[in-house]
Amino acid sequence: MTATRIGLLVASVVMVTVPLWVPGDYYISVCSQILIYAIFALSVDVLLGYAGLVSLGHAGLFGLASYTVAVCLGAGLGHVTAIVTAIGLTLAGTAVFAALSLRTTGIGFIMITLALGQIAWGLAYRWVSITNGDNGLSVAHRPAPFGIPLDAPSHFYYATAVVFVLAVIATWIFVHSPFGASLKGTRDQPRRMTALGYHVWLIRFYACLFSGFLAAVAGILFVYYTEFVSPPTVSLTSSAEPVLMVISGGSGTLFGPIVGAILIEIVKNVASAYITRWNMMLGAIFVAIVMFMPDGLVPGTIRLVRRLLKFRRKESPAAAIEPTSSGPVP
Amino acid sequence: MSIWGVLAINSITFGGLLFLLSAGFSLIFGLMRIPNLTHGSLFMLGGYVGASMVLAYDLPFWLAALIAAVAMAVFGGLIERFLLRRLSGSLLAQVLVTLGIAFIVADFCLMVWSGDPISVRTPSALVGGTRIAGLFFPTYRIAIIVIAVVVAAILWALLDRTRLGAMIRAGVDDPQMARVVGIRVSRLFTIVFCLGAALAGFGGFMGAPILTVYPGLDFDMLPLALVVVILGGVGSLLGSLVGSIAIGFIYNFGLVVVPELAYFVLFLPMVVVLVVRPQGLFGKQAP
Amino acid sequence: MRVNRRKFLAGTAAIAGAAAFPMPSIAQAKSIKIGLLCDKTGPLAEGGIQMEQGATVFLKSKNFTLAGSKVDFVVADTGSSPAQAKTKAQELIERDGVNFILGPLAAFEMLAISDYVAQHKTPILSLAAADDLSQRKPNPYLCRASATSSQATHVLGNYARKEMKLKRVVYIDSDFAFGYEQGGGFQQVFTDEGGCVVKKLWAPLGAPDFTPYIAQIQDVDGVCQGFAGAAPVKFMKQYADVGLKLPVCGGETAGDDALLPHFGDEAIGMISACPYTIDLKNDANAKFKAGMDKDFQAVPGFYAAGMYVSGMVIEAGLKALHGDVSKPEQTIKALRAVKLQDTPRGPIHFDEFGNVVGNIFVRKIEKVGGKLTSVTQKTYQNVSQFWTYDVKKYLAQPAYSRDWPPVTACKA
Repeated sequence: MTATRIGLLVASVVMVTVPLWVPGDYYISVCSQILIYAIFALSVDVLLGYAGLVSLGHAGLFGLASYTVAVCLGAGLGHVTAIVTAIGLTLAGTAVFAALSLRTTGIGFIMITLALGQIAWGLAYRWVSITNGDNGLSVAHRPAPFGIPLDAPSHFYYATAVVFVLAVIATWIFVHSPFGASLKGTRDQPRRMTALGYHVWLIRFYACLFSGFLAAVAGILFVYYTEFVSPPTVSLTSSAEPVLMVISGGSGTLFGPIVGAILIEIVKNVASAYITRWNMMLGAIFVAIVMFMPDGLVPGTIRLVRRLLKFRRKESPAAAIEPTSSGPVP
Repeated sequence: MSIWGVLAINSITFGGLLFLLSAGFSLIFGLMRIPNLTHGSLFMLGGYVGASMVLAYDLPFWLAALIAAVAMAVFGGLIERFLLRRLSGSLLAQVLVTLGIAFIVADFCLMVWSGDPISVRTPSALVGGTRIAGLFFPTYRIAIIVIAVVVAAILWALLDRTRLGAMIRAGVDDPQMARVVGIRVSRLFTIVFCLGAALAGFGGFMGAPILTVYPGLDFDMLPLALVVVILGGVGSLLGSLVGSIAIGFIYNFGLVVVPELAYFVLFLPMVVVLVVRPQGLFGKQAP
Repeated sequence: MRVNRRKFLAGTAAIAGAAAFPMPSIAQAKSIKIGLLCDKTGPLAEGGIQMEQGATVFLKSKNFTLAGSKVDFVVADTGSSPAQAKTKAQELIERDGVNFILGPLAAFEMLAISDYVAQHKTPILSLAAADDLSQRKPNPYLCRASATSSQATHVLGNYARKEMKLKRVVYIDSDFAFGYEQGGGFQQVFTDEGGCVVKKLWAPLGAPDFTPYIAQIQDVDGVCQGFAGAAPVKFMKQYADVGLKLPVCGGETAGDDALLPHFGDEAIGMISACPYTIDLKNDANAKFKAGMDKDFQAVPGFYAAGMYVSGMVIEAGLKALHGDVSKPEQTIKALRAVKLQDTPRGPIHFDEFGNVVGNIFVRKIEKVGGKLTSVTQKTYQNVSQFWTYDVKKYLAQPAYSRDWPPVTACKA
């Protein structure tokens, strides 16, 4: 798959050089935000794309990590403690979340995660002694790993990019491992998997934990990025956003959620400065995607390119190789 | 005046509005397996359209209600015919397209009605209320209960006593078999979707004199429809009715009895039902 | 919003051409940038749109030229979300390099950007009412020409006790900080004057029906409500539906004049305390109302007025600075030193924290000629955010919150 390699190379070069060619600090910050949401979308995709479980409560996990960092730092703890605690607590929260919601699949899973997400949102509002209610919590300082303060937008961008790359690699390993294969098995043929002796529930549970881990990573980056967290971070809208990113980009792929994150963040942050009716535009984009590329932008584009190539090959009779891989595109 | 009496009346009224909202959602979901996330938007848009008919064109209240219902039926029909029909079986695409339409509708309403809250005057025959045994019965709210009961009866007769209803029930129970025996399921889908949309739009306008119409009403109401359907079970008319009234009571009494749990009063029961009985109280199949 | 900017550029070019001779050459070169953060989408859009209208009316009346400087006006939509407010503040400061920020509307948006704005030393003229922004955690770059959350309800507490003669009152509001602060302010003054707040009821945000809370109103002789946005209209409807006839008084958002066309007759008689009133008779308000009507066919409320007044403050500050905005420390100092006599809300000046000292109007909704309007009952002059309390003592007490001041048993 040389095309993939070229794509990866181009993507890496673009990502590394962003602070050089992007006009000004503001756009560097937007790029950081895109990467953070891309990690969040990957977290949702692990469940949505590979396990067939749509979660509308992931902002609860994302927010749990954000709040934990803010509370720990507010209590005078160090960054390392805060981050480790945030990941630990979020994993524990994910375990509860999964134990309750994995009793069902399909629409039942959507609804129960939505309800759990709403409960998390209610807690963020009402548990004022911890969360400071709708006034939210501020984070005074970003950390300085290896003595490099992350206050400058470009520094923060590079730190985010490193975490992002690690997250993508981890996800790649996860979904391409034998475990990932069995996860896809539970998505497509849960009964057969049970018959084969797999513990379907446990496989899904582990997938939830991994997804929760990614959500925690994104939540931690987010709170350092905005230096602020308040209940809207945990709202239903915030849960729906990564789901929309995954579906519009293409679920069950690694590039899909990233492309979806780029699309939605750019409309929200950049296009909204020029177009008053940006919400309408976003809605129209979703409808158009469903109409023309029902399985998302990335798979849709790949299919389009293949069809074009096939069309050309038909003219030159030498070509006979038909790309057959129907599995998820990396 | 007894607080519990007021709450009880309000529980049933609110339940009636929820029934108008959720009956369509439940039927659409039961028959077509489509989680119609535009349902809250249809409720809000119906409210706006009806309110405009009253405020801008000075039409009588009930005519405006009819126009709101018909307008939403047409809009729903267009959505079903041109967008959702191509996506049968694809849950993710349905979620994306219905949310996309919800975004468009919300922004469209903001553009046309500019964010101001719009309140519709209660029709003059139903203004005020009567005091019986120290309890105040607001006429309009009682009227909503009556309307909800009438709509429920009509829907029941439609589903239980007509050929169309038999076909819909067959479609809900086993869509493949229904198709095999020659029921034109796709036409059925359009009819049910139009009906559901009309009910939502009608409900939005009926709710306007109580809830008013304002930006954000769509996503205030959508989770309520979901809760009702989860509680009552999908595709079951009786389930929506009982679920709506139950949610009406849980909401009203919950907020007063356990104010500390105000934010959880709707969602905790939902989680419990999903964990204990995923098919809902009256549902036949797991969702 | 680029349309507006383009329109204004064309306009200013024409004006600059026509007025080239009499103007000193330095003045032509000067230009300043003003960014407006407001909610153009989302549930708070009603207030956000009013803010944009108020700011636009003011700048238009000045031909987009303040104290000899051309104004480049940029509007950014916060979408009622703190995260987006932060991004948009970055857009205005880092990308557009604005000299002043107008807005945002909501406290939760302002709190999300407060530290950031202060770090970047950008003077901000917000309508967000969070008390502590000019009290216990003051933002050194804030200049607030509207009011703190409790500034108007302090007055309301006094009026409810002294003039309405209420004794026992229920306070009802949405469950958020703006509500707590309004309610706390009302309660403190009302209690000091011998009244008693029997109960405070908090309705969750997004609650479609307030009736369960309204049903709990009993054994009192009045109701105070602090709802904001679209909720006051809904509250008054549902209040009447329960058959209650007790007098209702409310805060600045509860009786906002922009809501007048949307209230039903059930709102007649409601008292509200607000830093702006549509029936104030002075030149500035006449001009402001005419502009709102001409440009937007809109009934102005206090969001629009707040932005209009903030615009006047910027103009006065620029005059004092001779148009030099290169030193933000000097700029904010000049803004806070502004004293104006003729604004749509009457005379104003600022205290040491950058919060306004000015009129608070107590009005009653009445039906005049078939239309609802606000009629001023009493004007409290030179009201500070600390009411009549000693500043040090006031700042030493806790911030108003859900549980402070606590509801205590009433004396017989």
